[in-house]
Amino acid sequence: MQGGGGAAMAAAFKTVEPLEYYKRFLKENCRPDGRELGEFQATTVNIGSITTAGGSALVKLGSTTVICGVKAELAAPAADSANKGYIAECSSVDLAQLPAFLIPSTKCRAAIPLFREVSLRTTCPKLNILLEIKSTINIAKTLIDFWWQCLILDHCNFFISSVQLPSVIINEETGLSEVNLKQKTPLIIRKHPVATSFAVFDDTVLIVDPTAEEEDLATGTVTIVTDEESRLCSVHKPGGSLLTRTKLQDCITRAITRHKEVKKLIDKVIKSIMPK
Amino acid sequence: MMETVAEPGGQCRLRPFSCEQGLLSRPDGSAAFLQGDTSVLAGLYGPAEAKLSKELPDRAALEVLLRPKVGLPGVLERSREQQLRQTCEAVVLGVLHPRTAITLVLQVLSDAGSLLSCCLNAACMGLLDAGLPLSSLFCGVTCALSPDGTIALDPTARQEQEARAVLTFAIDSRERKVLMATTKGSCSVEEMQQCLVTAQRAADTIFQFYRDSLRRRYSKS
Repeated sequence: MQGGGGAAMAAAFKTVEPLEYYKRFLKENCRPDGRELGEFQATTVNIGSITTAGGSALVKLGSTTVICGVKAELAAPAADSANKGYIAECSSVDLAQLPAFLIPSTKCRAAIPLFREVSLRTTCPKLNILLEIKSTINIAKTLIDFWWQCLILDHCNFFISSVQLPSVIINEETGLSEVNLKQKTPLIIRKHPVATSFAVFDDTVLIVDPTAEEEDLATGTVTIVTDEESRLCSVHKPGGSLLTRTKLQDCITRAITRHKEVKKLIDKVIKSIMPK
Repeated sequence: MMETVAEPGGQCRLRPFSCEQGLLSRPDGSAAFLQGDTSVLAGLYGPAEAKLSKELPDRAALEVLLRPKVGLPGVLERSREQQLRQTCEAVVLGVLHPRTAITLVLQVLSDAGSLLSCCLNAACMGLLDAGLPLSSLFCGVTCALSPDGTIALDPTARQEQEARAVLTFAIDSRERKVLMATTKGSCSVEEMQQCLVTAQRAADTIFQFYRDSLRRRYSKS
């Protein structure tokens, strides 16, 4: 059989029986794109691409690209929490990219509470302290307006980490709620959460960082967000195959090691833009 | 109309819970589950004919709708619906009913803490009432970690607000494995494992309750 014929046959087999095709790779302990079961895709980070926003980050994990912009504005606080700022986020999916992708909008919307939860716990508490200093003068409020655009949604939870990447600058208020654009201070970030996604196959095999195709074939997914002190910010396992405690523990250990790798990357990027 | 009440005591510290099955006439299965003051009503329709756009060729298409007590369903409800749907899909033997639709409608009657686990329990009882084929049962347990580190099972709304972290688990009945896990707030890995162990123990009480309530229901008829 010629080489060309072999490739065509493999493609045909993949279309007809995607699960069997995938299982053949799993038997050899590897994946169609050549990665090991516990290997992540190449991660690239780019900061400051959007000049109009206070801070921005572009994160690329394999072929998933997420761009996030952060803007701080002066606004009235919510009625029940007069001393705190709040985060408003909205997401949009580029539907022109893949017409079959009506699902990511629900995935995106479903991911919003998860994201809001993680970011509120890690950044806003510090923001509260920042505001209280001002509140002795008068009622100071800040609204942080997050927005992100998921271009290709293979890995819908990675953008959580992209938000922590920009060194955001907020405007300082002086006197009577005036916005002084000249004076800017960096936003204090308390923790840097990093998300790791896993997929479970046939209730037994656990793979790290699944692509869109792998997620479709998987019987379950798990997403774990950890921070620097190896504490869990969030565990998200929405149904799917059953996991024992030990398997869950394995996922968490892998997520902690991943956190260290990503933290090194974040530090490198932030250091590189410091002189600016 | 079967009503059963359970008063779990001792180590579990769950609030008293009760369940009523078969209370609605239209749906194929219905159940109302009460945990303390939190109550959720579940109605199950199916397996029924699916719309062409929604039908799957090899399995039943499961849809979950969660209606809050006040207001329109928002982003939080969508997220919960997705979690519930994937949990139920893992348990319902959908391959026995291809190209059909199973719809689960949950109505929150009152929310006094541990809402997600109450929804899970109501969903399971609804599935049992409808007589759908299941590979195992499941139950929901919520744990709240107070700032001083004590674990409170089945927390009230007040305990949830004061807690440092709230964890909800769906445990399956066969081997007490984790079917669904969601956490809100940060906790250490050991604390999460401890909560999981406590939740698995509490699940025993709930599964015993399921058994008793079904035994009572079918022994009379």
